[in-house]
Amino acid sequence: MLNDITLGQYFPGSSPIHRMDPRAKLILTIVYIVAVFLVKSFVGYAISLAFLYMVVRLAKIPFSYVIKGIKPLRFIILFTFVLNLFFLTGEKVLLTIGPFRLTQEALFNAVYFSLRLVFLVMGTSVLTLTTSPVQLTDALERILHPLQRFHFPAHELAMMMTIALRFIPTLLDETDKIQKAQMARGADFESGNLIQRARAMIPLLVPLFVSSFRRANDLAMAMEARCYRGGDHRTRLRELRYTRLDAVAALVMAVYVALIVLEGHFFG
Amino acid sequence: MEEQRMDENRIVATNVTFHYPDEEHNAVDQVSMRVKRGEFLAILGHNGSGKSTLAKLFNALYVPDSGTVVVCGMDTVDDELVFDIRQNAGMVFQNPDNQIVATIVEEDVAFGLENNGVPPAEIRTRIDEALKIVNMSEYAQKAPHMLSGGQKQRVAIAGILAMKPKVIILDEATAMLDPSGREEVMNTVHRLNREEGISIVIITHYMSEAATADYLVVMDHGKIHMTGTPRKVFADVENVRGLGLDVPPMTSLAHELRQAGIDLRPDVLTVEEMVEEVCRLSSKN
Amino acid sequence: MPLVVEKLNHTYMKGGPYETQALSDISFTIQDGEFVGLIGHTGSGKSTLVQHLNGLLQPTSGRVLVDGTDLADKNADRKQIRCKVGLVFQYAENQLFEETVAKDIAFGPKNLGLDAGEVDRRVREAMRQVSLDYDRISGKSVFDLSGGQMRRVAIAGVLAMKPSVLVLDEPCAGLDPHGREEILGLIRRLHRESGATIVMVSHSMDDVAQLAERVMVMHRGHLVMDGRPEEIFSRGEELRKMGLDVPQVVQLGEQLRARGYEIPEQIYRMEDMQELLIRLLKKGEYHAQ
Repeated sequence: MLNDITLGQYFPGSSPIHRMDPRAKLILTIVYIVAVFLVKSFVGYAISLAFLYMVVRLAKIPFSYVIKGIKPLRFIILFTFVLNLFFLTGEKVLLTIGPFRLTQEALFNAVYFSLRLVFLVMGTSVLTLTTSPVQLTDALERILHPLQRFHFPAHELAMMMTIALRFIPTLLDETDKIQKAQMARGADFESGNLIQRARAMIPLLVPLFVSSFRRANDLAMAMEARCYRGGDHRTRLRELRYTRLDAVAALVMAVYVALIVLEGHFFG
Repeated sequence: MEEQRMDENRIVATNVTFHYPDEEHNAVDQVSMRVKRGEFLAILGHNGSGKSTLAKLFNALYVPDSGTVVVCGMDTVDDELVFDIRQNAGMVFQNPDNQIVATIVEEDVAFGLENNGVPPAEIRTRIDEALKIVNMSEYAQKAPHMLSGGQKQRVAIAGILAMKPKVIILDEATAMLDPSGREEVMNTVHRLNREEGISIVIITHYMSEAATADYLVVMDHGKIHMTGTPRKVFADVENVRGLGLDVPPMTSLAHELRQAGIDLRPDVLTVEEMVEEVCRLSSKN
Repeated sequence: MPLVVEKLNHTYMKGGPYETQALSDISFTIQDGEFVGLIGHTGSGKSTLVQHLNGLLQPTSGRVLVDGTDLADKNADRKQIRCKVGLVFQYAENQLFEETVAKDIAFGPKNLGLDAGEVDRRVREAMRQVSLDYDRISGKSVFDLSGGQMRRVAIAGVLAMKPSVLVLDEPCAGLDPHGREEILGLIRRLHRESGATIVMVSHSMDDVAQLAERVMVMHRGHLVMDGRPEEIFSRGEELRKMGLDVPQVVQLGEQLRARGYEIPEQIYRMEDMQELLIRLLKKGEYHAQ
């Protein structure tokens, strides 16, 4: 259970970053994302790198974990890079390969846009590494709560996320069992063309759906039996409270944003 | 006055009939029974005998088509009282995986209290207490899917216990567990019954579990067929078997020996009792 | 042809921080026509072991030979081998997926590439073996059946592959006494009438005592006992230390012996105990000392 899904990529700890209110972390992450979009030059990225590095050190996470977060998106980043490199035009031609001309502006843009992606991913990684999915769900529910006045289903959304998180490991387990049971009856999930493979999934998917419906039914009954009646008048075991830590964090973030804005002004 | 009168009976079912829309026969048919304060009651019956439906009627999950179910003085027909009834008569279901809602043990235990709007500080003390009673304190921060079946069921029991119920109904809560899981759960509910004075209703088809109850109700085709202490009910081996059920192994042995003309007590339940009977009879020879 | 397991080891997540040795150095041979009861606590490695018997899991080291073929042999046909040992999983009814009973039972034989006529013959034969009436039930939806019937359809689905060894993991789990009796009866019949080789994994000592001719006990990934039921059950103290129980008949024997009665240790079946007690109590042949 190394990649336990309920933990996501959560890196447990008790650093100041871990102890921050998840709502503050979520909001500050959004502020950070906006700031990254405001970066105009490589100086801005240098500032961002310094800022991220400081946060990661404070969180006591190995920086390599943050880098690892980029891995799943490496193709998108590469694609952005290549696209910008060859399809943007400019004046200072550096290199010509057949019909393609590489210009200095294009090179700048390619690096600039790829870095933007890298910094976005690293920033959100810091959030998910220091905040468990449970806390995130909690934060989301409470941040969205005021929208309930406009019939936005904030509680229901959070409850759905919680149940999904709770049942993903159970269903993965079940998938494994059914797959093995069908393999014991000679089912082949590994060979054949695309259509054959899709057909081979039926003996797996039908039982899985049947059992999921049964589970949903059972769960609904169990929730009802435990007095569930939607989000109204509900209290929570875990109360979220903003502390001085969050104020300090907001202040540091403000300094970072100010630096980025200044950077845009002077180097942009 | 009302409070005092109802004090002796936790659940009173009177002529209860219930019928699923797409089925021919009544799932529960003219059933009358009661669960007394502090009692440990077992409802036995084969699959489809109506015992699980009856359990769900005790918790206002279902409402009778006719007749009444009164839980701690509250009629389950009354919509206003539904949540009070469910808080007083908690229910543990069969599949341990399908009744745990939250991703962390202590949050799951808190679920019912959160639904009832209990203040957070009070939730904290109550869940700590409940987890302690079921011996699961050290698992408070664990993810439910990492627990064994017996542990999951104890978490479910804690979730109900935290709501301070007067009755706990276990609807085949041990059916999917291994022997040690079953023992964990049975020990826990017996302790709750003895030490906390909570009435327990177990729905089961394990005779060994039913044998530990104060009182048995045997159901078949939605009706009550036999009632009495386990000793009295199981002694009637022929009838119990006729209802598609089993008797404890020692009761069965005693029955066979009696058939062979040996004058054994018919109501032997345990190995120890059988040993006593054998000693008694052989010393006479 | 026997089933041979040689020095089998299995390690989950080898090299990782959560490395666990699920099976340690397991060796045994099961001869044709044997009925083996496999018992052990949850987590003792029983399930991991049975999944090796038909190649669903590969040994970390050691071998499993079925009818002389190594399951890990790259040249062997995976499907054919998997079918030699038929594995009925716990709560096997969860694998049913076809529209009708007959179609579901036919799933295995079809995967073997058999022609329609043979598939049909096998479906009929398998349904007969599990006492399901072909004319009445074969066209029904599997989801309209009772729990016990669904379980029997699932068993038929494995029998239709004509395995030389049938492995059943907790075949009675979750059933009521009547359903349990049905399943145990059908397993007994399969063994006695068609001489099938059977490995039954069970938590119930009483079930194992009634059916098995040989008992294997797993504990913490080791095969700690392997022998005739009377040998195994006479080691009550050791079994209890492993969190296992002995059948009530054996407990009765132990306690009577402690009181000075001469009850032979090999009595572990209800019928034998009954016969003995009738002799003892009726004729007064034995006296307490």
